[in-house]
Amino acid sequence: MTTMTREETEALINEVLEVYPADSKEERAKHLMANDSSLEKASKCITSNRKSLPGVMTIRGCAYAGSKGVVWGPIKDMIHISHGPVGCGQYSRAGRRNYYVGTTGVDTFGTMNFTSDFQEKDIVFGGDKKLAKLIEEVETLFPLNKGISVQSECPIGLIGDDIEAVSKKAAKELNKPVVPVRCEGFRGVSQSLGHHIANDAIRDHMLEGVEKKEGGPYDVSVIGDYNIGGDAWSSRILLEEMGLNVVAQWSGDGTVEEMKACPQVKLNLLHCYRSMNYISRFMEEKYGIPWLEYNFFGPTKIAESLRAIAAHFDDKIMEGAERVIAKYQPLMQAVVDKYKPRLEGKKVMLYVGGLRPRHVIGAYEDLGMEVVGTGYEFAHNDDYDRTVKEMGNATLIYDDVTGYEFEEFVKKIKPDLIGSGIKEKYIFQKMGIPFRQMHSWDYSGPYHGYDGFAIFARDMDMAINSPTWSGMKAPWLAGAEAPAAKAVNE
Amino acid sequence: MALRQCAIYGKGGIGKSTTTQNLVAALSEAGKKVMIVGCDPKADSTRLILHSKAQTTVMHLAAEAGSVEDLELEDVLSVGYGGIKCVESGGPEPGVGCAGRGVITAINFLEEEGAYDEDLDFVFYDVLGDVVCGGFAMPIRENKAQEIYIVVSGEMMAMYAANNIAKGIVKYASSGGVRLAGLICNSRNTAREDELIEELARQLGTQMIHFVPRDNEVQRAEIRRMTVIEYNPKAKQADEYRALAQKVINNKKFVIPTPLSMDELEEVMMKFGILEEEDETIVGKTAAELATA
Repeated sequence: MTTMTREETEALINEVLEVYPADSKEERAKHLMANDSSLEKASKCITSNRKSLPGVMTIRGCAYAGSKGVVWGPIKDMIHISHGPVGCGQYSRAGRRNYYVGTTGVDTFGTMNFTSDFQEKDIVFGGDKKLAKLIEEVETLFPLNKGISVQSECPIGLIGDDIEAVSKKAAKELNKPVVPVRCEGFRGVSQSLGHHIANDAIRDHMLEGVEKKEGGPYDVSVIGDYNIGGDAWSSRILLEEMGLNVVAQWSGDGTVEEMKACPQVKLNLLHCYRSMNYISRFMEEKYGIPWLEYNFFGPTKIAESLRAIAAHFDDKIMEGAERVIAKYQPLMQAVVDKYKPRLEGKKVMLYVGGLRPRHVIGAYEDLGMEVVGTGYEFAHNDDYDRTVKEMGNATLIYDDVTGYEFEEFVKKIKPDLIGSGIKEKYIFQKMGIPFRQMHSWDYSGPYHGYDGFAIFARDMDMAINSPTWSGMKAPWLAGAEAPAAKAVNE
Repeated sequence: MALRQCAIYGKGGIGKSTTTQNLVAALSEAGKKVMIVGCDPKADSTRLILHSKAQTTVMHLAAEAGSVEDLELEDVLSVGYGGIKCVESGGPEPGVGCAGRGVITAINFLEEEGAYDEDLDFVFYDVLGDVVCGGFAMPIRENKAQEIYIVVSGEMMAMYAANNIAKGIVKYASSGGVRLAGLICNSRNTAREDELIEELARQLGTQMIHFVPRDNEVQRAEIRRMTVIEYNPKAKQADEYRALAQKVINNKKFVIPTPLSMDELEEVMMKFGILEEEDETIVGKTAAELATA
């Protein structure tokens, strides 16, 4: 279908909402909008960070997922204890593909699951002693760990385990950071509060007592790149090529030392604003370190971001940025020349997490594609403020979209590609619509940086132009009209 | 006779455990087969029957053994005076863990292990005074205690507690078979105490099943970790518990209670002079303000 007008988009929203009971309809209507790029404050048109309605299929996670899964988990030289029953840790183990360098089980622990494995007796008598014992054992078995975090699962908050006291005592004994994180899953409306709690724990336990240090003139940090499929690596090489010195990169492939090194940098480079803006703001207040959001998806945004970053430094770095952009330009042109003819005019709908619903738009546009609908699982107003500027007028924006709404929108808008998560993937593929997972890059990647764009373009082409889609119709129905197919199925 | 499961609730310190054990001893004397399940982390619900300081509890044994599945019934069940079977659920020290979950775990264990055998006539749950969470309501959920006795005295806070417990019973009565079976007045020798509790019982839609007078013989028996029934069967107080036992055996008055509103309850208390009418003009006034007024 061609690009929709504002009236058409609004009519679509109303049509989809029609089936809800009155109160649900009223609530959900606030989370859906036809975009208006001129808005300064998106909150005028869209509400976010509210409790999901019972009975809808929401895609959200919990505070524990936000802290252990996103912010803390990828710090590779720490041991992250999932404190509580075994499931939360085990079923989220190694799921996010945060790549790292190191010898797992010796000096790095990223894909391992450490848990206090709560039993009935631990609920009844409390898990404090068990936690203390566990920390002791961890230290004996994995002496090269650089610190420990205690990630609270739901029961910890209910029974009131004093993880702060245990952690404080252990930190003193081990002379390492032992960080209690109160990220019980029932707190907040989504994983978003878990990010905030985790950021606060970084502030209180990793940066507490760390004074500002005089670093090199080109020291920067990369914050909020989780190195999914190696994204952070294909990002930092660009920064280094332009002459910057990346002294810290976290939490993807990150370390305790890198977190503590941040107070020496000249600029914090913030990739995922949603999950790491809190700690960036804190460092700005405490150390006077400015922070800058950047976008390394697709050559247009990469060039913009490199120039914006360079503008914080001297001519040498600005020249470095131009040099890097010029160096990769022909390579990127080759990618665009190869894939644009195959992808031009294709329409995309997105529904993802922290920053991708807005950050990947430019990469699609570089390939001649258009993002006609986008939305976030757990965004706040400030995310939508940033999104309305990236999206075309009257395009569809949906917050915490329900399973039903998403399917109906897709049926009407008929995009050529959907980018979302594992829970959506098979539903839409069975509807005959090409799909890419935009959380895990469908086990591909990296997608960040110039190297990542080549892979991104190839993957999108592979999804959309796969011969699979021409085989969607059964051979005996080939040439038959759709109503006939319906009759056979009945 | 079919097994009757009864739960004893009431304000903390009102004398639930003492009353329960004396009542149970009297029931046993009358030829009934009885089990007590203590649902309080303090584990003092069976000491007068077992002559022990505190019985080893289900949860402590489970913690030692690794999990509750590792226990056998005979590990946790002790038999005391008059063949009375005793179990304590147990739980954590104050300030840690979840005592309510301990009660749930222990009762589930007893059910799974067949502690409620067919020979039993009565099971009594002696429950922690302050029903602080769902765990302590476990004994009155489906297929557990059907009869609730509330121990109360003529003191204000005891009556508030009794009324609150009645509210809890209403909640479970609508979904299951639990009923209020009566108030047991454990006298504190306050003025017109029997009339007051009779009136409270009437307004709750139940009965004061027995008025247990105050008698130091109870304390003398307690020092020896015994019930009055066992310590001095000839004492007058022993007859009081026997009378209570007979009334429980013959009790047919099981009701869904009609809890009082705060105003109604205070009205009853004012009628009996244990609560004075509030003077609204002095609320929020400091001593200095009142002096100048």
